[in-house]
Amino acid sequence: MADRHLEPDTPELRVRWGGFAFSKAWDAKAKTAIAKYPDGRQRSAVMALLDFAQRQVGEETGTQGWLPIPVMEYVARYLDMPVIRVVEVATFYFMYNLVPVGKFHVQVCGTTPCMLRGSDDIMAVCAKRGMHKGHTTDDGMWTLTEVECMGNCASAPMVQINDGNYEDLTVERFDAVLDALAAGKTPKEGTQDPERHTVEPVGALSSLQQMVKANHDYRGEW
Amino acid sequence: MSLHDKDRIFTNVYGYQPWNLKAAQARGDWDDTKVLMARGQDAIIEEIKASGLRGRGGAGFPTGLKWSFMPKESKDGRPSFLVINADESEPGSCKDREIIRHDPHKLIEGALVAGYAMRARAAYIYIRGEYIREAQVLEAAVQEAYDAGLIGKNACKSGYDFDVFVHRGAGAYICGEETAMIESLEGKKGQPRLKPPFPAGAGLYGCPTTVNNVESIAVAPTILRRGASWFSSFGREGNKGTKLFQISGHVNKPCVVEEAMSIPFSELIEKHCGGITGGRGNLLAVIPGGSSVPLVPAAEIWDAPMDFDGLKAVGSGLGTAAVIVMDKSTDIVRAIARLSYFYKHESCGQCTPCREGTGWMWRVMERLRTGDAAVEEIDMLQQVTKQVEGHTICALGDAAAWPIQGLIKHFRPELERRIAENVREAAE
Repeated sequence: MADRHLEPDTPELRVRWGGFAFSKAWDAKAKTAIAKYPDGRQRSAVMALLDFAQRQVGEETGTQGWLPIPVMEYVARYLDMPVIRVVEVATFYFMYNLVPVGKFHVQVCGTTPCMLRGSDDIMAVCAKRGMHKGHTTDDGMWTLTEVECMGNCASAPMVQINDGNYEDLTVERFDAVLDALAAGKTPKEGTQDPERHTVEPVGALSSLQQMVKANHDYRGEW
Repeated sequence: MSLHDKDRIFTNVYGYQPWNLKAAQARGDWDDTKVLMARGQDAIIEEIKASGLRGRGGAGFPTGLKWSFMPKESKDGRPSFLVINADESEPGSCKDREIIRHDPHKLIEGALVAGYAMRARAAYIYIRGEYIREAQVLEAAVQEAYDAGLIGKNACKSGYDFDVFVHRGAGAYICGEETAMIESLEGKKGQPRLKPPFPAGAGLYGCPTTVNNVESIAVAPTILRRGASWFSSFGREGNKGTKLFQISGHVNKPCVVEEAMSIPFSELIEKHCGGITGGRGNLLAVIPGGSSVPLVPAAEIWDAPMDFDGLKAVGSGLGTAAVIVMDKSTDIVRAIARLSYFYKHESCGQCTPCREGTGWMWRVMERLRTGDAAVEEIDMLQQVTKQVEGHTICALGDAAAWPIQGLIKHFRPELERRIAENVREAAE
């Protein structure tokens, strides 16, 4: 946590982001999020609103988005809470980007289950393409982060790029995903193993074979 | 004897069929939920108690008993809440994800039944932020359930009003700890609270709250439909039921699979995972319950029953049943050092022994990895893990200590070998 820092609050930053306000679509989502919580507990929605704000910044900058200080101040005003409480939340949770990122945020899982299945090779692919941990490439396309366990351990190694997970990666499969993204295409998410559907044992199923072809109802056999 | 498909609760765990309401109902979900609720709150809790269901989030606390701690009536007007822990972040764990993206209606129906039994007004499902697609499915499924009148006002025409809300996290392992989760739901940093007061007395917004794992909640409707005796017919005494196992690492076919509790490790691996890579003789060690439990060497794990007591007997634990398998190609010190890095990264920074200790332990582990240490430092590391363990508000400190203790206990000669070799290299 110690290596996270806020983008400095400069006059240029103020000029660029001082007038930030939710677009109509994000504003509607924000109101829906606040309505989930009891009256007077609107600050429960701070996590959702920071996410929305980051996404709107992303739309405006053609990146995954990040949280400039003036945007955090906007969220604080929106929820009627002190700015420092918003900053605390933004700095505590890792999915909030505190500095600008690239168009694609490549988040390679490096925790032990992925490590055992070859995440070192996945990292090497990134290095070969000029990505370095914690940095954005000069063309503004790729930001590389090594993240902690993403909960895709039965289809490791995996990488999350913006909103999509790419699982069961090999060097070739990961290269193919990155090439497709770079070419402006939308590669298939989920497992990249052509033999696999999701997290079943690859090849012949060891259970629930009847579910493959039909929505089997087992109640008759109870 | 192995589990039959008809006795599997999560029949769509692989997502071959749609998750939507229509398909879920065709599989048996939301089938006359009103009748389940009509049994009455106490009867539901008794049935869950009788089933022997123990919490599936790692600690294994009896679920029915937990529900019974909730107040039967509100003396001061405070409502009660059910919080469902979908912040699945324990390295190795990937079961709740499959429930949420492939069988979300089991979870939502479970939320209603459990929430009703504990007299809660609403359920908040706290899903980890990284589960982006999964949260989209869950929110759509919740909307389907509202539109069909299954939740909301007069849920399932039972006369009971019950809301289900989805709250997305934003990337913090610690929010899987129940009081940190409550803090996070209130819009704060996810730093655990001191207990007492326990959440059942004062939890979310100071109201009585129960926090349950996704799997514990999602199995409840099926237990009620098929009866406590059906569920308790699987597994050994004190370790009843079926369980989603998640096998990762060095097996030929990593997978998530529902099996009977107490299945021997060997059977789980041979039957569903195509065996250990390179064969049984190539197995080095197993972390049987997610990163927080100590590793178990090959010889001890092979015949161990995969349940709470069976794994406790070999010095480890079932945890979330996230089985991380390591064969002899593994750099075992690096594998554990990487977990130390994980805990350093995820420490919330509130308690000094954990904030400082996790970083210190990781740095020593990194030196032990390369052998750049003195033999005495192994004992010093062991001592420090003992000083972190049990001296923090939540269990993250313990979780950081146990993998290292397991490594020292079972692989001390390997640590000493590395130190000796490094000394030799330095001398040459």
